[in-house]
This record gives sequence, C-alpha cells and structure tokens, in this order.
Amino acid sequence: MTAEPLLSVDNLTVQFRTDTGWLTAIEDVGFSLGAGETLGIVGESGSGKSVTALSLLRLHATATTRIPTGTITFAGQNLLRLPSRALRRIRGGEIAMIFQDPMSSLNPVLTIADQIGETLALHQGLDRAAARRRAIELLDLVRIADAAHRVDAYPHQLSGGQRQRVMIAIAIACRPKLLIADEPTTALDVTIQAQILDLLRDLQAELGMSVILISHDLGVIAEFARRVLVMYAGRVVEAAPATTLFRRPMHPYTSGLMQAIPPLDADVHRLPTIQGSIPDPARRIPGCRFSPRCAEAQPTCRITAPSLVPVGPDHLARCPPRAGAAR
Amino acid sequence: MTAPVVAVQNLVKDFATAPGRVLRAVNGVTFEIAPGETLGLVGESGSGKSTTGRMLAGLIPATTGTVTLFGQTITGPHGPAHLAAVRHRMQFVFQDPNGSLNPRMRVRDAIAEPLDIKGHIARPDRTARIAELLDMVGLPQAAADRYPHEFSGGQRQRIGIARALALQPDFIVADEPVSALDVSMQAQIVNLLLDLQQNLGIAILFIAHDLAVVRSMSHNVAVMYAGALVEIAPRAALYAAPQHPYTRALLDAVPRPDPNRTRPRALAGEVPSMLNRPPGCPFAARCPLAMPQCHDTQPPLREIAPAHQAACHAI
Repeated sequence: MTAEPLLSVDNLTVQFRTDTGWLTAIEDVGFSLGAGETLGIVGESGSGKSVTALSLLRLHATATTRIPTGTITFAGQNLLRLPSRALRRIRGGEIAMIFQDPMSSLNPVLTIADQIGETLALHQGLDRAAARRRAIELLDLVRIADAAHRVDAYPHQLSGGQRQRVMIAIAIACRPKLLIADEPTTALDVTIQAQILDLLRDLQAELGMSVILISHDLGVIAEFARRVLVMYAGRVVEAAPATTLFRRPMHPYTSGLMQAIPPLDADVHRLPTIQGSIPDPARRIPGCRFSPRCAEAQPTCRITAPSLVPVGPDHLARCPPRAGAAR
Repeated sequence: MTAPVVAVQNLVKDFATAPGRVLRAVNGVTFEIAPGETLGLVGESGSGKSTTGRMLAGLIPATTGTVTLFGQTITGPHGPAHLAAVRHRMQFVFQDPNGSLNPRMRVRDAIAEPLDIKGHIARPDRTARIAELLDMVGLPQAAADRYPHEFSGGQRQRIGIARALALQPDFIVADEPVSALDVSMQAQIVNLLLDLQQNLGIAILFIAHDLAVVRSMSHNVAVMYAGALVEIAPRAALYAAPQHPYTRALLDAVPRPDPNRTRPRALAGEVPSMLNRPPGCPFAARCPLAMPQCHDTQPPLREIAPAHQAACHAI
C-alpha cells in the first residue's frame, strides 16, 4: 500500500487504575487500516480487544485511565492529542461505533426518530423535520420494513435484530469513514446474526467505509475480515491476512484456539484443548503471557517478553520459537 | 429395546401473560432418550428448548402432555409423588455457574449439599465423596475449602457439574452449560462431559444454541423452532442430510472458521410472535418451500428415514 493508511495505531498501551495500582489492559498494540478495508480483532475475555476499540475514540473514563505510550493516527491527526471538542466531531461523524447490546446503547424513552435525529442535528445541523425524513431513509437503508411507521417506535417495541439495525442506522447517519463494530452480533441468534453480517457487508460496499470488527467468534471473523489481529492477555499475538491466518496459524495460541472450536462438519470424540485458564488481568506474567498454557514453551519464553516478528509474507507472530522454525 | 430414561409425549406449555392472553412456549413436543445417550436440543431464542428442559426435570408443570421419567409419569394428578420418587436420579446443570452457586458456601458444601438433603451421610463418607467428585471433574483437592468467586467461569462450571454428579444420577439436563464460556474453556468442559458420560453411562439432555457444540456432544439431535419440534435425527444424519428447511437455514447461517467459504444469504424475517400464534407451520412465513397448506395446518412430525423425523408438508 503506497497511500497513507486511514488509521494507524502504534505501540499503544492503556492502563486502568485499580485498588492495587495501575493495571495494564493492553500493551504495545499496533496495526493499520486502509480506506475501505476490513480488520477483524479476535480474542477471548480479557484479551484487550474491546479496550483497544474504545481507546480509538478515547471512550475510557479519563480519571481512571492513562495511556503511557502510543499514537493513534486517523486521517493524518493523532487522536490521542486532539482537544475534546475536535474529538467530539470525529466521534459519530468520521468514526462511528456499534456495540454488542443495542438495548443498553439505545435510550428507552426516546423514539427511533429522536435518536437518529440527535446524531444528525449534532453533526449536520438538520432541523427536526429534515432529521426525521433522513431517519426514514436510513431505516430503509438498514432494511427495516415499513420505515415510515417504525421511525416512531420506541426501542422496546423492536426485536433484538431490529434494534441492532437501528444502531447501525445511527452509526452510518453521517457516512463515517470508519465503523468500529464491537461484538455486533454476539447477543443475536444465528439466523439474525447472518442478516446483520449481510447488512454490514452491503453497507460497507455501498458507502466505501473501513470496518473494524471485534469478535470472540473465529467463524464471524473468518467470514467478515480481510485482515485479522489475534489478541491474548492484552497483546497482539498474531497478525495476518485472514486466508493466511486460517490456513497457517503460527502462534500456538491461535492454532490452539482454532482446534478447540468444535467442527460443524465432522463428528469428534474429544476436542483438542488449551490447558489452564485465561489469566486474571491483575496477575503479572513474566515473559510470554501465553507461556504458562503453552505446550511448546521453552525456558526463555517464561523470562523474556517476545516481540511481534515476521513469520511469513505480511504475517507477524509473537512467538520466537515458531518464528525460528518458520525461517 | 431398553426402556427410555425419559419420554415426553405431546408436551405443551402455556404461559398466561395477561388476562386472556396466552403465550404458547412449547407446542406439542414428543421425544425420548435412551439410557446413556445424549439428545441435543437446539434452537434459537424463544424456541422453547429451555422450557422443555424445565418441564422434563419437573421444575415447572406442563400444561398438557406427559413426561415419563424412569417409568414414572411425573405430569398429571399423581405427578408430584412420582417425581419425588425419582428426583434424585435426575440432576440439572445451569448455564450460569455464578447464578447457580451460593457465593457464601464453600465448594465442599456446595458439592455435598445434594447428599445432605437426601439424608444422613456419615462424616468420613461425605469427605471421601467430595474428594472423589473433585477428582472426577478435574479440580484440585484444595478447591474444597475455597469459595466460588475464587474460580474462573470454567472452573465454576466444573463445580456445578460435580454437584450434579453427587447423587450418581442416571440423567442430567444441561441447559446451555458452555454458552457463557470462552472457546478455550468450552472445549475443556465439553470433553469433561463426554468423559463422564462414557465412564458413568449417564443420559443427557443437552440444550444449546450452538450447533457445533451440540454436534460434538450428542448422539441424537432435535431442532426446535417457535415452540415446535421440527426435526429429530441421529447426529450424522441431521448434519449431513438436514431435511427441514429451518434446519438447513440454521446450518447455513453458522459462520465457519474458513475465509474461503461463501455463506448463503441470510434467511429473511424473524421468529413469529408466540402470542396468538397463527395456525399452520410456525416457519411458513420465512420458508422458501412454503405452500398454501403450510399456512393452514401445522405439519405433524413424521418419519422420513429410519430414526429421522421431520415436521414439514413440503418434504
């Protein structure tokens, strides 16, 4: 890629204040995303995938959060240094976000028209009547049937799938350059999840926006993302194009995770597992964070924190033993 | 053929939501489970799978229909007495191990509670049984003195399973036992359940929404939609040759960890309202094969291949 990427994140570390001191939630996270591209971030609980997403828009509580290192460059400006007024214009304008649970992201006492209108009034200065007309167009765009009537509904009158469509309508209201979708289908049933993924893919093609999709579900990531970051315990452990990652996972955590998914197309007697449990974020693990669970860990893995190194074309992994074997 | 552990016949559950309004959560479900076998019960939200599991375990009464557990009919006028006689042979494992364990009870007491309730047990026997149960579910002996909050979600589910095993049940109803767990934890619990079933010969009703997890756990699989059982078959047949259009759509919709797969476009529409349900097949409004009669009469479950049943006019 020769052009400047739309978004580039470099060496990002985020810490939260706890009773016992500063807890490092993510460390040395870096990636970049071009215009119109789709990045998937996959990981289990506590991996830092949502913390990463929220950091992009500085949505963490300022009093209990600090970002000791890192830059987030979006369309040429460092979001971490931007004054709050300027940042507010970007939030919901050039970068929009949708969350897992549309019920708690929507205001229960406002109609859909009012909630979509709020974004339009703030960013585009539309008056009430114009905002309502635009809201109906947006509901049409997210395939809500009978939009002219549904626009006056309250969130509780909609199904879970329709509420997520409304969230998407709000998110695309200002034609963002980047949409961050944090587990957008996790609360939905599988047939509704398929509808929402279809919708996101259609809208991305129509509007030409970049998308960051965060999910714990490797299936959703494989289906949607062109590039994938795998996170574990606050660090990126592997980064590659989706086709490469799923064909040839290089980090032992990534390959372990892929094998632990029960197959839909075969009968098994036992599933391969990753030993141990997901670590408590408050516990400091020396060396490689995955080493206590890794079947291939060597003595150095438990001492020296590995860095992300190339293991193939456009393919990085945070595992020196595997990187050495790949060379 | 040996007598089934559990047989349900034409099971119906109505909930009164307001005067004159009835929500039919389960609409005429029939199946049985043989000793030592797992029936996977799969469906989306509101399909009635959990309500079915609860009726079958005697946790809520059925509106009509019969549940026969170990040869005893636990529904109907003598149901409560019959249920009391077989209750200890059947246990329940819940989705949320946080909600189902008392936070102020040590693990040893949580695991031994079924033993304590059932009757007197000598102190050394109780201690020995706790040790044995911890061992069976892969928890260290030191776990006995700790409290639930000291454990991860996967370990808490192990505690819930140990507790369910305390009375050596012949049948376990497990309602979404791995849904709250991360993938790497989920695989461990699935293996634990598979091992326990193999070693102890327990029959399981495994309720889940995840079709892949159900495949790994079950001998037979039943698919529910909007309160009705639409298909039931041995697992290999159900996944390799699904017959009901809903089962097919459901399998198509599951994202696979394969970037080269192109998923078919999603099925349009949503699950119908359970209030004042229309006559006919509950899936008719979304079904690509729907014919006029599908909107009028609900198709009965009928055999379409050996041990393979589906409820569809079009097949």
